[in-house]
Amino acid sequence: MNFVALLLSFRLAAVVSAVLLILALPLAYWLAFTRWRGKFLLESVVALPLVLPPTVLGFYALIALGPRGLLGRLWQFLFGHTLAFTFAGLVIASLVYSLPFAVQPLIASFESLDRRLLDASSILGATRARTFFRIILPLSWPGLVTALVLSFAHTLGEFGVVLMVGGNLPGITRTISIDIYDRAQALDFTSANHTALLLLGISFVVLSLVYGMNRRAWSPWPAK
Amino acid sequence: MTLPMLFIDIRKGFRAAGTPPFLLDVTETFAPGFTVLFGPSGAGKSTLLDCIAGLLRPDDGAIKLNEEFFYDSARRLSLPPQHRHTAYVFQSLALFPHLSVEQNVAYGLSAHPSTERQERVERILPAFHIESLRARKPGELSGGEKQRVALARSLVTQPRLLLLDEPLTGLDAALRFAILQDLCAWNAASRIPILYVTHNREEVDAIGERVVALIDGRVQESGTPRAVLDAPRSIALAQAAGFENLLHAHVVEHRPADGVMRVALDSANCDLEIPLGTEPPGAAVQVAIRAGDILLATEAPRALSARNILPGTLESLEPRGSLVVAQVHAGARFTVHLTLGAVRSLQLVPGLRVWLVLKTHSCHVVLP
Repeated sequence: MNFVALLLSFRLAAVVSAVLLILALPLAYWLAFTRWRGKFLLESVVALPLVLPPTVLGFYALIALGPRGLLGRLWQFLFGHTLAFTFAGLVIASLVYSLPFAVQPLIASFESLDRRLLDASSILGATRARTFFRIILPLSWPGLVTALVLSFAHTLGEFGVVLMVGGNLPGITRTISIDIYDRAQALDFTSANHTALLLLGISFVVLSLVYGMNRRAWSPWPAK
Repeated sequence: MTLPMLFIDIRKGFRAAGTPPFLLDVTETFAPGFTVLFGPSGAGKSTLLDCIAGLLRPDDGAIKLNEEFFYDSARRLSLPPQHRHTAYVFQSLALFPHLSVEQNVAYGLSAHPSTERQERVERILPAFHIESLRARKPGELSGGEKQRVALARSLVTQPRLLLLDEPLTGLDAALRFAILQDLCAWNAASRIPILYVTHNREEVDAIGERVVALIDGRVQESGTPRAVLDAPRSIALAQAAGFENLLHAHVVEHRPADGVMRVALDSANCDLEIPLGTEPPGAAVQVAIRAGDILLATEAPRALSARNILPGTLESLEPRGSLVVAQVHAGARFTVHLTLGAVRSLQLVPGLRVWLVLKTHSCHVVLP
């Protein structure tokens, strides 16, 4: 098994899911509570990676991150090299790719909150920020964990986007799924199978965790 | 010191597909002390409270407490709920499920220094008899305990205005009365306007200094509980106030000397003597009678002051808690409330011939 690729994939998934959570929290909060009529447009944009072929996403990411892209030029100006075929570029592309997996569970859990709790909080004098941190966040932890775990698992298994943006540089952009592809191409089925089985196992455990938790079997307060 | 007065003059319309448009249109002044908001569900009571608390924004009008405007459409001013210093206990109570009783009660005091916070919490917990529950979560409380915590959480902030939306629903009578006593004691100490929504007649009698009846988004009547609820002047209010019998009738004649008039029931060949009204002879009226105000006899009563005695047949008896609901056909169908003991001692069974006895002043003319 290629531990370098495995470690790289885990590092990528950890960074992406952590950054995504920070980005997704305000985005999901806004989408869940805004009364703006045009919010469906933003919802569609967030959900795009769910239906878009990863190669399409990867292609545009490559353009944007490359020496002619806005992001790529900015990065080149700041750090002296472009983003394409780097770990940082991989992270940025993966953020877009896994965004719906972080945002949607958060929206679902914010929207399922009893609005009267938020009303009660503001009548008791709490600012929006205090209501968010004292009421909304603690009551949304299953959604929070779901968002974290799903974006981690999704990033761990991504293939098309990585191939387009990252290429296949060992230790830098050769992730576990690309490693499987390489092994299969080289007819090294035993080794590909080991790695594939590992990913299968991880995915199953992760999803069981999410579904089990959303059943709130060990919730500290009674179900509504 | 001038007493805090709440002045409301607002309109708010709702349009939803599939339902008729609804307009809340209220102009009313609320003095310190209890005012009961009474009305059928859907009359706009909770909407009115939401507007006062700042959770909903009216379409236009003004809301002010003393000289301070909460809302003024002319100046496009609407104070956020955080800055209104009101307290609002929802029907659902909305206790924070992840916080302990003590944390729930202290939630509204975050702006105060911790020593004062502690002091106030220590004062309010025993006042509402929830001292021993301080470490518990709302999920571990009984219905009555939850209601006490919700009240304490609201009152500890020393609000300038208290809004209560059926806070004691679902409690038994003894517990309701005990909590009402705590609330009344608190009211005596801090005179602020209290708007209390309830359907329960006992609660109205226990606290009601004044009743405002809200029907279809408008204030239909206001006054003492007796004036508004014992002699309702509209069908919607009569139904909400628990008048089980609503009978269509026509005025036959006025007898001003006796202060009464005679009406003929449309569905039956019989007359009732009721208090004199302004409706002219021949006018259609509806007569409202409480099921608990009708007496039932198994022999033809004689030498009785009541003026209306109607012979009829007992059709059915249906126990409902501590009372028995009897249906009697006496030309029209009447609903009569009886005690279990009366049913036993009179040996009442369906099919029995009975007489209904109605006092003149138990009959109220209501407007359609």
